[in-house]
Amino acid sequence: MRLITHNMLQCHVKACPPGQSYPLQIRNAELEALDAEFNADFVRRLIPKLDWKVLRSTAFELGVAQLPEECPAEPTEDDLQMIHKVALQTRVKEAEMVCSGCGHVYPIKDGVPNMLLQDHEI
Amino acid sequence: MAQTNAAASEPTQHPTPDLSHLKHVDYRNIYEPAEDTFLFLDTLQKEREYINNLDPVICLEIGSGSGCVSVFLASLLAPYHALFLTTDINPAANRATLQTATANRIAIDALRADLLPALRSRIDALLFNPPYVPTPSAEVGSHSIVAAWAGGIDGREVIDRLLPLVSDALSERGVFYMVVVNENRPEELREVMNGFAFDMEVVMGKRAGNERLKILRLSRML
Repeated sequence: MRLITHNMLQCHVKACPPGQSYPLQIRNAELEALDAEFNADFVRRLIPKLDWKVLRSTAFELGVAQLPEECPAEPTEDDLQMIHKVALQTRVKEAEMVCSGCGHVYPIKDGVPNMLLQDHEI
Repeated sequence: MAQTNAAASEPTQHPTPDLSHLKHVDYRNIYEPAEDTFLFLDTLQKEREYINNLDPVICLEIGSGSGCVSVFLASLLAPYHALFLTTDINPAANRATLQTATANRIAIDALRADLLPALRSRIDALLFNPPYVPTPSAEVGSHSIVAAWAGGIDGREVIDRLLPLVSDALSERGVFYMVVVNENRPEELREVMNGFAFDMEVVMGKRAGNERLKILRLSRML
């Protein structure tokens, strides 16, 4: 799973306190860099879908990159390359994603996050 | 954007994804692409311009199995890029989807999930080849290959769980394609989705053995 997908995933435990289901905290991460083709147009179209603060803090916590405080309003090619590197070329191979609202742990194994819940959590 | 000259010079069949990395033994655990899968691919090819015109950013396939359909869609839309996500409840299918993506040089994130994950962003193109085969209810809910086909009563038990979620999951212009058979009573599905202010169109149909397959396209009423 790439960081772009982490940027969109929320906890879906039924009893999770409202407003606290996002973001999921990544712990004990093993990362790998992907060799993904850069497409400036795609990155531009992705920007409105991003939660910039979360992308920034995640990239910082994982030691991937230091993104600017605010998302560039008129991104340069360098900005787009940077977002590409963080969101589309950084893959979480092994980790735990922990919900800070309810504490649910979503494990990531071989790059696949397990979003399944127990019956009592649905 | 849609490539108009490609539409003018059709019909050239877009190549089926390379699945040679999947062996006989893999198909004990995941659904092997069959007539229904290939009809779905043909439909997507026919719908290419429609999908491109939606300017999709996020595409998600539920129950991706081998990964054949999502990889096909990604390569069909290329050089146009989107984010391709897949879910499957079966971990062997998650693995196979990633292998198929890698083998075909397509980027996909596979999630182990029951139908849809909880996403902050809405989906522009949603695909589902559901377990549509009528079976006893007790066969529904497996995490193995049985989940690929066992649909319970009228083959509707999994489909009926998804339909109420579609409107919230899809973006304003979003589109949802789903494979069904006549036993699923497509006209009843139309009524259900009309209730959510969605239009339904049968965009493809074919008789394959004893299955009368249909591909539905659902989108918000204008």
